[in-house]
Amino acid sequence: MANLERDMANLERSRQRRGLVAISGAMTLVVIFLIVQIWLLNATLEAFLAGHTGAVLPGAIFSGLVFLGCLALDLFVMRVDRESRKP
Amino acid sequence: MPLLRSPSKEPLWKDEFSVFTSDERYVTRRQFTQFLTLASLGMFVGNLWILVKAYFAKAPSFPSVAVAEMGEIPVRGVKLFTYPTERDHCILIRASEEEYVAYSQKCTHLSCAVYFSAKEDRLECPCHRGFFSVKDGSVLQGPPPRPLPRITLERDGARLLAVGVKGS
Repeated sequence: MANLERDMANLERSRQRRGLVAISGAMTLVVIFLIVQIWLLNATLEAFLAGHTGAVLPGAIFSGLVFLGCLALDLFVMRVDRESRKP
Repeated sequence: MPLLRSPSKEPLWKDEFSVFTSDERYVTRRQFTQFLTLASLGMFVGNLWILVKAYFAKAPSFPSVAVAEMGEIPVRGVKLFTYPTERDHCILIRASEEEYVAYSQKCTHLSCAVYFSAKEDRLECPCHRGFFSVKDGSVLQGPPPRPLPRITLERDGARLLAVGVKGS
């Protein structure tokens, strides 16, 4: 009986550890995406102020795609977190 | 100690809005990721704002203002004036006998006032050693990210008129 409880606890701990690794990985990716977006906003603004409006539309599209990536990762984090908390 | 914070039987909203101050101040990875995603949305909105400004903003109209008389300044001489408003300081340069050019005096790096160096034949920003070409205002050296905004000039008899700003 004690062994079974210990195995269950280990299983729970292992599941939580996997969830933690997944969440940390996703969070790191979101941080990298955000840094790319900050650079992109800066570059687009510089191009716009210099009168090069051709760079504005691709900048907005790419920024939107990166945001969708962040959103997907956020949903992934929430799902993993929910699963890790399941009794 | 649990690897994930409070794997309790409480519903998520009770975890998030705890009655304990210390618990409330604790930022989980999930909350931090949500904050980053919101920041990402902010960046996207910023890009959209630039897009709207670039394609839908009305082109500004500039007044026509007399800035100098022909021959008023010597060759390789300068005259300072303000255009289009009293707060926008500009510099007029007589590059040769018949050639006049004018630029905004505000450096595109950190807005220090640029001056004309006749010896080096360039516009110089004394703050961070940014140099601009007299010919077209392009950056020759230094930290400025963009060329100087150029004032469009027109001749009206013996007068020199400022009629617009390019690259502002």
